[in-house]
Amino acid sequence: MKRALPAFWLIILLTIPLWLQDQYILHILITTGIFIIAAMSLNLLLGYTGQLSLGHVAFFGIGAYASALTTLGFDVEVFGFRVVHQPWPAIVGLFVGMVAAGISGYVIGRLSFKVRGAYFVIVTISFAEVTRLIALNWVELTQGPLALTNIPPYTLAFPGLGDYTLWNKTAYYYLVVAVGLVAYLVIARLVGSRIGRAMIALKENETLAGSVGIDVTRYLVLAAVVSAAMAGGAGSLYAHYLKIIDPDIFLFIYTVTMVIMVITGGKGTLAGPIVGGIIFGFLPVILRPFAAPAVQWILYGGLMIAIVFVLPQGIVPALERSIANWASSTRKPARAMAAGNTESRGGP
Amino acid sequence: MDQFLQHLLNAVMLGGTYALLGIGLTLIFGIMRVVNFAHGELYAFGAYTVYLVAAALGLNFFLGLVVAVIAGALLGALIEILLLRPMRSADIDTVMLVMIGAWIVMQNTELLLWGGVAKAIITPFPDAPLVIGPVSISWLRLFVLAAALLLIGASYVLIHRTKLGKAMRATFQDADTAALMGVNIKGIFTATFAIGSGLAAAAGALLGPVFLVTPTMGDLAALKAFAIVILGGLGNISGATIGGFILAFVEEIGAGYISSGYRDAMGFLIIIVVLLFRPTGLFARAERVG
Repeated sequence: MKRALPAFWLIILLTIPLWLQDQYILHILITTGIFIIAAMSLNLLLGYTGQLSLGHVAFFGIGAYASALTTLGFDVEVFGFRVVHQPWPAIVGLFVGMVAAGISGYVIGRLSFKVRGAYFVIVTISFAEVTRLIALNWVELTQGPLALTNIPPYTLAFPGLGDYTLWNKTAYYYLVVAVGLVAYLVIARLVGSRIGRAMIALKENETLAGSVGIDVTRYLVLAAVVSAAMAGGAGSLYAHYLKIIDPDIFLFIYTVTMVIMVITGGKGTLAGPIVGGIIFGFLPVILRPFAAPAVQWILYGGLMIAIVFVLPQGIVPALERSIANWASSTRKPARAMAAGNTESRGGP
Repeated sequence: MDQFLQHLLNAVMLGGTYALLGIGLTLIFGIMRVVNFAHGELYAFGAYTVYLVAAALGLNFFLGLVVAVIAGALLGALIEILLLRPMRSADIDTVMLVMIGAWIVMQNTELLLWGGVAKAIITPFPDAPLVIGPVSISWLRLFVLAAALLLIGASYVLIHRTKLGKAMRATFQDADTAALMGVNIKGIFTATFAIGSGLAAAAGALLGPVFLVTPTMGDLAALKAFAIVILGGLGNISGATIGGFILAFVEEIGAGYISSGYRDAMGFLIIIVVLLFRPTGLFARAERVG
């Protein structure tokens, strides 16, 4: 049973384009998938190391811009030097995007992990705002508010079989699923390893973790680099899928979207960002006929408050608990029901 | 030189309102340990209230200012009682998430009520500026500075000369001991949040007529308020006052001599630099309110 469940989900995931005819829903699945990857990367910092990074969209945006610029080429003057870059294949852009985001994750991690709590949050927000203002104002490189357009799709080279360019949505869907699976496995592997236990230890009690010999800053920076590179990869997918990016990609609201996904699903759980991501990926589709965007956002904001009040651990841990209760209630019905209602509010 | 004088003057005009924003946030931050993401929305709320009273209802502009401050304080008290009081024992990150939720709800409510088009508030002040030698000041901005200074002064008196202020300072130093000495902590928290919110609404009400009123005007205001608080140090009212003027000055100089596009980036650069080199703020002695 426990082994069959992942296989079942995987089959559903892989066969969706075969039985789903609606291109609009497929489009929603692709963008949702991209945001789930970003949310998973945020979860590594927020859920496992306990650092509330509210500038996460910066890494997403840096990945998107780096990838798009690698693919499109540019010709700029920096401090009197002319820097010219000829266009490279889009798939190289994906790696450049991840590396660029990873490096900025390293720099920001090194600098901002000197401070904690409220200060850390504010530093990360400031960083994201600075990147947005640079994207908006460095017109020579980024086209500013005119946006980078005509970003070409990825071309995958299969040795012996020739090239394949991802023109249609089905191909993109499979790419996003593949990248998502890789990201999931990397995170699962990481948090299950010694490194992951060190991260969780320093979330639980940083002073104690430091005193037993865990190099706190090193692990935090490592988490930041992995997380940033992953978000950068998601940004690259986003840029090449939509074919256009503008400085609005750095808006705080996108970070908030990722945070809501992680919190709702359950921070510090592997499935949390996926569950939260699917909910907030499809809620707009369901609500669209009834509610204006402003009304939708009011609902999301309200929902976020409600989740923190009612289900501070998120949906996934709550579901796991109720499933465990249900399993034991087949033997001891009355007592298990009572145990299910003792969940406390506030929590970490 | 003349240009520099003009920039300096503009910075002073702007700095007063920034200081109001900063004082409001630093009180809340310092006493309640709440990172108030809704602060910018209270700023926007103040501006919209003035618009409602002065432009939409056609009543007196100055009445609008007074209504804005009072309504802002009441809204703040409401937020504190509904959202923050039940969260007293929660950790700072959890409370932050609640405040982000509140921020999203408030901003989109404004968008829903007023639409996305920017509103202009007409004031009773003459359009022609006051010209003194090489520099010119608009009458409106002069009034804004005077009103801001008045409110800053009032905040100082409140904190240092009243019983409520004394209780607030005691709560800041040690909430448990203060409670033991008979301070009504719950009441102090509500009062603190109401006062901080009222000051934010006042800043919005004063700057709304100078600039335009939009539903997203609070975003940058909130982040600037954070910059000011960090510059001045947590819970440090004098620090926030000076921080407000410093931020305005840096922005003016940055916009005037570097690039106007990066005007709003100055605050964030200040945050990053200050936190990296002097995380306790520029004026930190020991942490205290006052």
